[in-house]
Formats: sequence, structure tokens, C-alpha cells
Amino acid sequence: MSADAGTTSRLTAAFRKGRPALVAYVLAGYPDRAASLEALRAAARGGADVIELGVPYGDPLADGPVIAAAAKVAREQEGGFGLVHALQVAEAFVQDPGVPEGPPVVAMTYLNPLMRLGLSDAAARMRAAGVAGAIVPDMPPEAAGPWLRVSGGIDTVFLAAPTSTDERLEVIAGASAGFVYCVSATGVTGERESLALGLSDLVGRIRTHTSLPVAVGFGVGTAEQAAQVAAVADGVIVGSAIVRRQEDPAEVERFVRTLAVAVSGG
Amino acid sequence: MTDVLLPSAELAYSTPDAQGFYGPYGGTFVPETVVPALGELAAAYAEAIADPAFLDELIYLLRDYVGRPSPLYRADRLAEAVGLGAVYLKREDLNHTGAHKINNTIGQCLLAKRMGKKRVIAETGAGQHGVATATTAALMGLECAVFMGVEDIRRQALNVYKMRLLGAEVVPVSDGSGTLADAVTAALRHWVERVEDTFYVIGSALGPHPYPQMVRDFQSVIGSEILGQMEEKEIGRVDAVVACVGGGSNAIGTFYPFLRDVPAGERPLLIGAEAAGLGLDTDKHGAALTKGSPGVLHGFYSYLLQDDAGNPLEAYSISAGLDYPGVGPEHSYLKDEGLVRYEGVTDAEALEAFALLTRTEGIIPAIESSHALALLPRLAGELGSDAVVVVTVSGRGDKDMDIVREAGLGVG
Repeated sequence: MSADAGTTSRLTAAFRKGRPALVAYVLAGYPDRAASLEALRAAARGGADVIELGVPYGDPLADGPVIAAAAKVAREQEGGFGLVHALQVAEAFVQDPGVPEGPPVVAMTYLNPLMRLGLSDAAARMRAAGVAGAIVPDMPPEAAGPWLRVSGGIDTVFLAAPTSTDERLEVIAGASAGFVYCVSATGVTGERESLALGLSDLVGRIRTHTSLPVAVGFGVGTAEQAAQVAAVADGVIVGSAIVRRQEDPAEVERFVRTLAVAVSGG
Repeated sequence: MTDVLLPSAELAYSTPDAQGFYGPYGGTFVPETVVPALGELAAAYAEAIADPAFLDELIYLLRDYVGRPSPLYRADRLAEAVGLGAVYLKREDLNHTGAHKINNTIGQCLLAKRMGKKRVIAETGAGQHGVATATTAALMGLECAVFMGVEDIRRQALNVYKMRLLGAEVVPVSDGSGTLADAVTAALRHWVERVEDTFYVIGSALGPHPYPQMVRDFQSVIGSEILGQMEEKEIGRVDAVVACVGGGSNAIGTFYPFLRDVPAGERPLLIGAEAAGLGLDTDKHGAALTKGSPGVLHGFYSYLLQDDAGNPLEAYSISAGLDYPGVGPEHSYLKDEGLVRYEGVTDAEALEAFALLTRTEGIIPAIESSHALALLPRLAGELGSDAVVVVTVSGRGDKDMDIVREAGLGVG
């Protein structure tokens, strides 16, 4: 549910450090459970302000080839790997983030794994794991009623896209808690050579509807791009470029550090 | 032909609601990028079907280009062989391009043109929807790309070649099992990327709202014609109406006018044949309604073959058009409401029915349609030897020659 007026959620606070924030996406279970936990800690050490923890899913409509392929590897490990396992990894990370004050974790999952578990049970498990927020890319606000009714204590982050009308931005911003996820370009997640024109306009349009932080994702893959996005947004989300490095936690830490420096204007 | 789309005034059965729900099923569960486009599509569709000029053009093309109405043929030798009083075949196999799919592609491509889109994309399993879309795109001067799983490309080489001849680009999809579900995902993802200039022509009565409704409406010409032809031919009583269900477009097109226009007490049994593949007690089938559970896939909520973590499972059927892990949302609603019955038909039963129709009537049906035909002997047992049954033969079997030959269906 939306944060009460006058209070700032832990997730929102992570974007209010007086500089743009870095949101690092790590895919749970890739290449395996232990390595993904190490990657989370590496991202925290590298300076991620928020962790977006991806849940491997078999039909990732909004994701590009890097995350889709990694999700397949994760799901195919012995015993399978889904939402329940991802939340176990989240809990392990929250309890021992490897840095003095761990960044809040936002779970990114498609809707069906939530439904399969039962929305209420899924929300309870998220809370128990210490997850601060949820991003459900195939759940537009109009379809979110059943989830919002049971997900108290978890900030549900909705996506705004370049194709969203002002009318829809109002609905999306109004329904969001924690922050608003601004999709930089039409299409799926993944690195792009250049960032879409009009990004700053889109962020500006979203800001007219909300005081929540606006973080930009989809297509941000380099420190240079991260710096460009940081100049117009409250947060920069990097996914595929981190997942590509996830097999090597040291490389994740190094890469996240360069992103964090770029985002904070260093 | 005049009541192609317009519902009758008194609606006993009225679906979906304004948000695209059929009971709990259907809806719009897609990334935000395409939500506005779906809203535009729903508005454009509502406007189009209220416009006599749009309907006139649709009806004209269905008649003079597709060759509608398709015959309702009384198959006496088949009826005798299966032990029924009469069997009527709704001959969608005689449509231009050889299947019911073109009823829908004509409608959607007309809508695409009306919306000013110059490019259409489609997914295809057996290739029939791909060929129908490529054909319609050629007719209307639209650019066309068809997403097709690599396994289906292998199984349906002839249709792939046809699509290319027609000027369409066939985009191979190697994700997952390389079949229909993967093609739908690939097409949806592509649409998310190119939503501003591209119209996605979905081939079955599934996907996010308004697709299930739109496809049903365009396909309901099948059932409307059956009702008219029953009157013309003075077929007083029909005991059952049967169609195969993959995504379920020919079935919903067949059943919907019976649900909408025929009072419940006078309505024949409506039965959908799902792919039972190697058997419903195996994990090699495509029977989402019989063996699945509700979930979200490809933007809508419906019965679905899924694992414990909510991942879609790979469906299997000898027929490329039926191996889909989900099913159109209205079928899920109709199942729960008890308005339509759904039964599984195995590969072997479908092949047997394929051979039977071929030998008794000289009609070679699609392997998909053969699943519906396979219910006839069961119905003879259930309803008796006087019973009258209508079967929608959704397509012709030319595309299936290799599969049938591989399955060892004998010549001799």
C-alpha cells in the first residue's frame, strides 16, 4: 500500500541521500543459489543503494535475452528455483548483507508465481524475508487490487513507460509506493547502445504526478549511461549488465562500484 | 452473414465485462508499455464494429475472398461408420487458405488498416494462422512478420514456404520448446518493442483484453452460419456441437452464437476436444482445461498447465495447433459454469478419426480438427444411434501429410 502521508518508507529513503541512487538488479539463483547470494553481497559492497532481486520465471515477457537465459539456468538447477527459493536468498541477504547497513531489497517477480503460491501467502513470505518492495511487471495498477489488499508493509512499485498517457501516469504514480519505475524505452530489458530520446521529458511528466523518487531502468548498461540517467532521475536501475557478470562476484563488485561512482557524480 | 458481429438485442449470455473478464478469467496482465495500445485497440474495435462501412467491407471480403458461407455438409457415410443418426460437418477447411483462421485475420487486418498501422505481426503454431495473416497482409498491402517456433518450422515446412512466398518474414523462435507458446511470447515481446507502428494479429481467442473478445467475434461467423444453415436445411434438432480446442478460436466461434442466441433449454450439448497427446495420465498433452489450474500466461488469466512455481509447462500434441499450455479465457469460464464440456482426445484417437473421415467422405481434415471428429464414436455411445451432431472441421489436412506419414498411417 502507499506510504502514509508524512512518513517515508525505507525504500523511498534509500533514494533520499542527497544524490541519485543506484538500483542493482541481481537474478536470484543464478548461476546457483550460493553464487547469487554472493553476488548480492558484492553489489552491496560495491555501493548499491537498493537491490532489485529478480525471481527466475519461465515466461519473462518484459525481459531481454540476458535475463531470460540466466533465468533458465537458475530454474533448471537441481530441485528447481522459483519465488520461494528467491525469498530464502533475500532473507539470507537481509540478515547478513556483508556491509554495515544493507540496502533494501525489492523483489521483481512476474504475477503468476505470486498467484501460484497464493497472493496472501506470497506477501507474508516477503514480509518474513524482510523484503521492502515488489515489482510485478505484468501487473498494471488496474489489475493490482487483489495484490494490494494483502501486501501491506511491502511497497509495490509500478512501471511507467514512454507510451503511458498522462492519465495513466496519474494512476501509476498514485498506485506506486517506494518509487516509480520509469521504463526508458519501449521493449524488453537489456543493454542498448544509446538511451531513448525524451527520457528527461518522461521523468518530468512522472514527477508532475508524484513526489516519490523516479528511477529509470531498461537499457542502462554502462557507467556513462548511468551517469546520463542520473542527471535526470532520482535513481538508475542496472540489470542485464550485472547479471552478465553474476558468475564472478568480484567482477560484480567492481562493476557496481564504477556504476555507483558514475551515478553519484564522482 | 448479416449478423456476423452484432449481438442480438436480448442477451442471455453476455461476456466479457468492460475490463475484459469472463467471470474471473481474462483481463489484462501485460507490461505497461503495451497497456495504452490495448486501450486504443479496444476503443478502435468498439468503434469499428459499430460502423456499417467496416462491417460491409468485412462481410464482402468474407464472402467474395474467403468464400463464405462455408457449407454445412451432411456426412452420411461418416455417420453410419460411427453409428450416429446424422453428422453435419461445418466445412471451414474449404475457406481460402484452408482453415478458419482467415475469418479472424481479415477482421484484425481491416482494423489494423483502419488504425493506420502499416505493419502486422503474428504468432503461429501449425502455420495456419501465419499463412492466413501473410495472405491477408498481401491482400491489404501490409508488411508482415510471423513468429514461429523452430520445432513447428520443422513440422510445418510447407506453410513456412507459403508464408515466405506471400511476402512475409518468418522469424524463427528457438526459446523453450520452440512451439506455439514460445512464438506467442516472442511476438508479444516484439510488440512491446514496436508497439507504435505495429499491430499484433493474435490468432486465437486468447491474450490480453480485447483480443479474446475480438477473435471470438470475428470467428463467431462459424456458429452464426451453422444456426442459419440448420434453419435452411430444416434440421430440427441437433444434440451436440463439437469443435477442437487449442487456444480455442474455432470452438468459441462455433459455440458463442449457440450460447448467445439459443435459450439454455433448447441448446445442444457443446463439447470441446482438447489434445490429450500421449494420454491424460502422462505429462505429454495439451489439456489445459482438463488437467490444468488457473494462472496468468501471455497476458490473461485462465486454466494453464503449470509447475508448482507457476512456470508454464510445455504442452505436447501431435498437432502443432493444439500444443499450447493455456486456453482462451472464455473457455475457462464456460467450463466452470458447466456451459461447455471439455474432453481429451489422444494422438492415436485423432489419427484414427483422420483416417476415418478421409476414407468415408473423401475429406482430409487437419489433425487439429481430427480431435473433434474423434468424439463422434463416444457421442454415439452416449447419445444413441439417432443423435444428430455438428462438427466444425476447422481446417484441411494438406499441411499434415508428413506428420501422418511419420505416424505410420498406412496406405493400402
